[in-house]
Amino acid sequence: MKVERWTRTSRVFTGGLAVSVVILAAVPLIFDPDVVQKLTTLLILVLLAAMWNALAGYGGLLSVGQQAFIGMGAYATVFFANLGVPPYAAMLVATVVAGAISVPISLFALRLRAAQFAIGMWVIAEVASIVVRLDQNLGAGTGISLIQLNQYEPNFRQAYTFWLALGFAVIFLAALFLLLRSPLGVSLQAIRDDEDAARSIGVRVASRKRLLFVLAAFGCSAAGVLVVANTLFIEPGSVFSVQWSAYMIFMVLVGGLGTFEGPILGAILLFAIQATFTQGGPWYLVGLGATAAVFALALPRGLWGTVEERLGLRLMPVGYRVVGAKREETDG
Amino acid sequence: MTLLAVEKLDCRYGLLQAVRGVSFEVGQGETVALIGANGAGKTTLLRAIAGAHRPHGGRVLMDGADINSMPAHRRVSRGIALVPEGRRLFGGLTVMENLRVAASRRPGRWSVDSVLEVFPMLQPRRRALAANLSGGEQQAVAIGRALMSNPRLLLLDEVSLGLAPVVVDAVYRSLSGIIGEGATVVLVEQDLTRALEVAGRVICLLEGRVVLEGRAASLDRDRVVSAYFGLKRPA
Amino acid sequence: MTILNAILQGIFLGAFYAVLACGLSIMFGVMRIINLAHGDVAVLGAYIVLVIVDRTGVSAFVAFLIALPVMVVLGYALHFSVLERSLRAGILTPLLATFGLSIVIQNLLQLAFSPDVHSLGGSAGAVTTSSWQVTGGLSVSALGVLVLVTAVVVFGALQLLLSNTRLGWMMRATAEDADAAELVGINSRAVYASATALAVVIAALGGLFLGIRSVFDPVSGPTQLIFAFEAVVIGGMGSLWGTLLGGIALGIAQTLGAQIHPQFAVLAGHLLFLAVLVARFGGARVVLRTAR
Repeated sequence: MKVERWTRTSRVFTGGLAVSVVILAAVPLIFDPDVVQKLTTLLILVLLAAMWNALAGYGGLLSVGQQAFIGMGAYATVFFANLGVPPYAAMLVATVVAGAISVPISLFALRLRAAQFAIGMWVIAEVASIVVRLDQNLGAGTGISLIQLNQYEPNFRQAYTFWLALGFAVIFLAALFLLLRSPLGVSLQAIRDDEDAARSIGVRVASRKRLLFVLAAFGCSAAGVLVVANTLFIEPGSVFSVQWSAYMIFMVLVGGLGTFEGPILGAILLFAIQATFTQGGPWYLVGLGATAAVFALALPRGLWGTVEERLGLRLMPVGYRVVGAKREETDG
Repeated sequence: MTLLAVEKLDCRYGLLQAVRGVSFEVGQGETVALIGANGAGKTTLLRAIAGAHRPHGGRVLMDGADINSMPAHRRVSRGIALVPEGRRLFGGLTVMENLRVAASRRPGRWSVDSVLEVFPMLQPRRRALAANLSGGEQQAVAIGRALMSNPRLLLLDEVSLGLAPVVVDAVYRSLSGIIGEGATVVLVEQDLTRALEVAGRVICLLEGRVVLEGRAASLDRDRVVSAYFGLKRPA
Repeated sequence: MTILNAILQGIFLGAFYAVLACGLSIMFGVMRIINLAHGDVAVLGAYIVLVIVDRTGVSAFVAFLIALPVMVVLGYALHFSVLERSLRAGILTPLLATFGLSIVIQNLLQLAFSPDVHSLGGSAGAVTTSSWQVTGGLSVSALGVLVLVTAVVVFGALQLLLSNTRLGWMMRATAEDADAAELVGINSRAVYASATALAVVIAALGGLFLGIRSVFDPVSGPTQLIFAFEAVVIGGMGSLWGTLLGGIALGIAQTLGAQIHPQFAVLAGHLLFLAVLVARFGGARVVLRTAR
């Protein structure tokens, strides 16, 4: 019997992923700016889904307030750009600053349980939204444009934004991937499986959760930065909207909570659905909400988790598998 | 007349098998003691009969009817009442509320008044929260609460656990009164002497299996002890 | 005087929040779950009253009485379709499932009633316009008094239910130990379902007051949920009278906040909620320890 991480499939897939990143990097050189813009949206969705999954799937922290960081990332970009920081530098600064706000928040938010944490985070997002509305310099309730980006020609601007999105997605997914593979990852999965048991064998649950919380906050801030870069205009009503949480929950639940690959699948699905139902509208949202609820109740491991369970397939080697051990009849 | 029949019952917690192919019958008016070491499967067996644990295989029959798929609360209205291990009182409810919430529509001799008569120590504590009672008082409420449904079959799980000997005596005095009135009782008891005193018949479990069964009067103590600990009988 | 008046209006507003929060508190008390669609259920109740008013021309209060049986049925349907399954599946599932349900209800309301705002104020009679001028700066609105009295009656009735009726004992027993409750003959499924039905009915009462006090639209629910949850947390989760006090504290915080700036009203409530969370969960202690 031996323990292995890499299977043939996961080797091929991880290699394929690396190749596809290289191919994706060439997208702006080949396609129209509006295609590039759509693919930027897809990357934002992938990033958001992966970050929400890091929180809920590995930390057991269900937040309906990650839009707090999306909005703060977006508004911080405008804020720093207005101070005279070059726009793309402002985006990096904004990601770091908005993400760092999660550290003081984590000091008390992580002590909250289930619904208190979920709604507590939501209230934090509402507070951030109100604060923005109070600030005339940030356009108050009516929104504001990132005019500094107009200095770039649209084609180049869209290309730069896409590369930034690709860079963020790769960095944060790789960070999550490495985190899950590190010795910390084992304790994270122990927490996911049984928090009390993990605590009783000496896993420092609180600090592990903080790590995920801060990672997810940086990731969501980066996504917010990309939202303003991609759309050039933001308003508090939409960038701080709980709708973001609805999308994240949909992507992760449908894709597979607590799996690495699932949220990526979920993001692609949501992107495809949005492309199909371009009109949006209530029926589309009824469908999203009902699907999320049905998956939560009936298929909690999501599409990917179910496939993984049935076929033993694993594309990304984040866990270990035991090979050659005979399944013993446990009796007594 | 057979009141309860257990047929080839299997109970599992995940991969752990707690009860393996246990069969026995309990007649109307009988008192049966289930004995065995810790982990022998006694509590699980009682919980399966009461409907609090879903068995993996086998059947439980009451009056010859299969009650396997019946939820615990409906078994209570059929006449099965369990005094669970650890008493499990509703600590935020008063003694009266604990008793009243368990009253059923089944006719019979038990009511709040008659329970308080059998357990006079509860009289002055009627309005106290169950959480604030002493261990003996709590056990009395737990038994009284089970009686409130006027059961035909009373299942008692370790009623003496954690109680001072004097208190155990008092509890058992009340119990023998109830048994004397013709109640059918299955009880789990760690104290072998006590079990042999009260019970008409003894069933000894070892690692989930019945290893010894017989009339309490006809069993000699050494045989029971060796069955209890799973020692080989002398050849 | 304006401060005094603000506090008085805050008490009236808070009584409304307490009614909204009451059902949330019941469900948390009995089942340890928070229904994230609670606000949407309240808004749904307001729409049902609105439909009855439009069809029959009766007053909003009469329409509410007609709507009651509908809400009971909806409560049981909610329980057996969504909550019962989610109860068995860990602590995150009820939140995820009811969040999905919240989106479904909001958008079905959009489809049925358009995104326009509605109000029940016009069909509630003189109570919406009457008020007593106590002194120059202090006025007591009839509606405020009605909501406050209703809130006290609702909480008082619940207290009586919980301490003096068999259903109340069964709820408390099941809340403490559902397994032991089954063993004394209590049908815990039925008790849970009736707790949900009760919560839905009281949520609809909150929806009625929402509609009479101000306006509502299909997406009003989440805001109501947040306020209701804040009231529950400020009052101490699981405590019935605490929820009434929590609602009133929230109402006062909002009306006092509005004294500073209209946009500070909601913000002040949120900040009170967050402050209570920090105080209760020792956030301050953690900050100190980390700083050292």
